[in-house]
Amino acid sequence: MSEVKKFLYVNRKAPYGTIYALESLEVVLIGAAFDQDVSLAFLDDGVFQLTKNQNTETIGVKNFSPTFRALGDYDVTKLYVEQESLAERGLSENDLQEITYEDEDDDWEEKASIRIVSRAEMADIMADQDVVLSF
Amino acid sequence: MKIGVVVSEGPYTHQAADTAYHFVKSALAKGHEVPRVFFYHDGVNVSTRLSVPPQDERHIQKNWTALAGEHGIDLVVCIAAAQRRGLLDQNEAERQGKDANNIAEGFRISGLGQLIEMGIQTDRLVTFGD
Repeated sequence: MSEVKKFLYVNRKAPYGTIYALESLEVVLIGAAFDQDVSLAFLDDGVFQLTKNQNTETIGVKNFSPTFRALGDYDVTKLYVEQESLAERGLSENDLQEITYEDEDDDWEEKASIRIVSRAEMADIMADQDVVLSF
Repeated sequence: MKIGVVVSEGPYTHQAADTAYHFVKSALAKGHEVPRVFFYHDGVNVSTRLSVPPQDERHIQKNWTALAGEHGIDLVVCIAAAQRRGLLDQNEAERQGKDANNIAEGFRISGLGQLIEMGIQTDRLVTFGD
């Protein structure tokens, strides 16, 4: 399989309450083995998936948010977060986890994986993809 | 055109499995290829052979089994999503020490890699879900 396609995983739901977010992350982790050009998008309630200091102890559900910080090791380095979705929920970039990757093309410099984009920019990102999987 | 299909919601509670079925039938009738349908999230529930809807209702699992048999479509059920929801084929039931299995004819259990591979190998990936 030499062909490289652009895959975008769109996360639109809150991390807990339904299983979409967790099962989306499972696809991303498995998909990383296929050496495709992968991006993640977070919009609507999906932006809650990346919030920091998540504590699920009292709801009896596993907190899988630390896994997002490991994505850089899987060469998943583009996490687009929609500005309007954050603002509509009273959130800002400061409420999100710090997620970084080491850029092999830039002397392994540590860089931020999260990129805040506008709704219009998000539409352009989606239009640019070969495969869009929405969760 | 080569079309890959994802079904990501459960049967009867949601339109996805029905609409996907009609879409695949129509696409095939138009001369397109549908090599694989991938069942994920609650979509995996389509694959149970123990479903017994009233006789005057459509039988979603049997519809898919018949369509796949007729056109050689690979119906793949995600193993991780299936095991969470109590759907096991014979091999998995034995491996997990369970006393029954319930995957219908025409469906097979496999990994998420099959979903990614379908995305790579088809011209379009069409998702039916929420």
